[in-house]
Amino acid sequence: MAALQGVLYLVLGPWLVGWVRLVKARLANRRGAPAHQPWRDLVRLFGKEARVAHTASPLFRIAPYVVFVATALAAATVPLVAVELPTAVIADIIVLAGLLALARFFLALAAMDVGTAFGGMGASREMMVSALAEPALLMGVFTVAMQAHSTNLSSVVSHQLELGLVLKPSMLFALTCLALVAVAETGRIPVDNPATHLELTMIHEAMVLEYSGRHLALMEWAGQVKLVLYGVLLVDIFLPWGIARSFEPAALAIGLGAAVIKLALLGVLLAVAESVLAKMRLFRVPALLNVALLMGLIGLLSHVILEAGA
Amino acid sequence: MLPSTLTFMQQLVPVLAALVLFLSFVLLAQARPLSAVHAFAWQGALLAAVTVAVAAVSGHGHLYVSAFITFALKAVLIPWMLHRLIRRLALDRSVEGVASPALLNMAAVALVIFSYWLVLPIVQHESGITRNIVAISLAVVLIGLLMMVFRQQAVSQVIGFMSMENGLFLAAVSATGGMPLVVELGIAFDVLVAMVLFGVFFLEIQASIDSLDVDRLNRLHEREDESP
Repeated sequence: MAALQGVLYLVLGPWLVGWVRLVKARLANRRGAPAHQPWRDLVRLFGKEARVAHTASPLFRIAPYVVFVATALAAATVPLVAVELPTAVIADIIVLAGLLALARFFLALAAMDVGTAFGGMGASREMMVSALAEPALLMGVFTVAMQAHSTNLSSVVSHQLELGLVLKPSMLFALTCLALVAVAETGRIPVDNPATHLELTMIHEAMVLEYSGRHLALMEWAGQVKLVLYGVLLVDIFLPWGIARSFEPAALAIGLGAAVIKLALLGVLLAVAESVLAKMRLFRVPALLNVALLMGLIGLLSHVILEAGA
Repeated sequence: MLPSTLTFMQQLVPVLAALVLFLSFVLLAQARPLSAVHAFAWQGALLAAVTVAVAAVSGHGHLYVSAFITFALKAVLIPWMLHRLIRRLALDRSVEGVASPALLNMAAVALVIFSYWLVLPIVQHESGITRNIVAISLAVVLIGLLMMVFRQQAVSQVIGFMSMENGLFLAAVSATGGMPLVVELGIAFDVLVAMVLFGVFFLEIQASIDSLDVDRLNRLHEREDESP
């Protein structure tokens, strides 16, 4: 069951990216490629020969696999269709953050390995963004964890389900904080532009510039899975309704349907946000992440002050 | 008591109070006077909303009146006056540098923790939905003070002062169910008169030192014809 859910993440990743691209194209009055276009791209890349630069060390070759496996493992711990999965019990939110950090670390190492200017530049930018995003992520996550008295994602989701629809200041702040962090970490528009190949602005694209063939496919796939992971994290914690709490087929079907619908809506939201916002200057990004950290802190404080005593 | 047992209005009170606190942080970070005025107006509107919610929860009828006064004064009239002043002094394009915004934010967070620690013994003796808001209102007062200390522009200092007054009002509403109407009217007019006086002072400062940067008031000004 847990393995099935992990596979589901891998399947959904390219679909979500394709869906966001399609909605963005429609908003810009273009017809757009169908939502399964990223899948076709992946298949095509896997069929191609992988070229590696002369100066590359073995690390350059293993990095895509490490990145992909770490991201997929991280995704397997987040409940998508059902709670109380075996993998969800092993790992909590902090392990999740650690796995993502491992993936990012190898991504940056591989980017610097070949020794081109773009790779190093992208790596340094990515590290700057992630060093600022990680405390904000942890703050937001701690706010949520304090509500449920557990850092385990499954129990957080169950806690939210039992509580029902309640308006809480700390959850509002945590939602804003995590949404900002998600945008920064997945490299979407106010921070990084996923569609650009302009040298001065790219972050993620600069790091995978040297890759080709199956290596590039793995890197891209990992990025797409990461987008789904953050999306599911947001909808799971803040809108968990519909997720299956038992392993009966009917409940699972409802859980799957709810997850797909929620992710599709989130994709539309993301596409609209990307269409109306302009990309930020790189030096404005720390200010954005500072806001995210502040949101997390206020969320934590308002939980302690306003809710814990009540 | 569990949060899920509360009614919607009772849930709304802490949410709005937390948003008032958040707007204090927003005020602290604004570099442009006009956006600071807008944030101040939003804080006033939220304060009025908190008052309405508290009135609906506690059943104090006169709180509706004070909510109306708050809205009219702090969300409409004073921001409008500030707006006009800023236009008149041609400050609407000026940017005021804050030395280190992140450090200032951290100081504000420390103030929130401090005020929570301070009111902890007080709120333990009280009961009711609004008791936890006392810490929030104290924090709003202290952040207003912080803003007055760290800003150089006279306009931002006045906005800090006004937001301190917001915090005091929030404390009154949450701790005691609102002040008597006479006192409230008196304070409202005091604030209004203070605003008018501040306006006069702005024009005066601008005319004498050609800037609203109060750091420059520290220097003595010599007149050329008296120098030897």
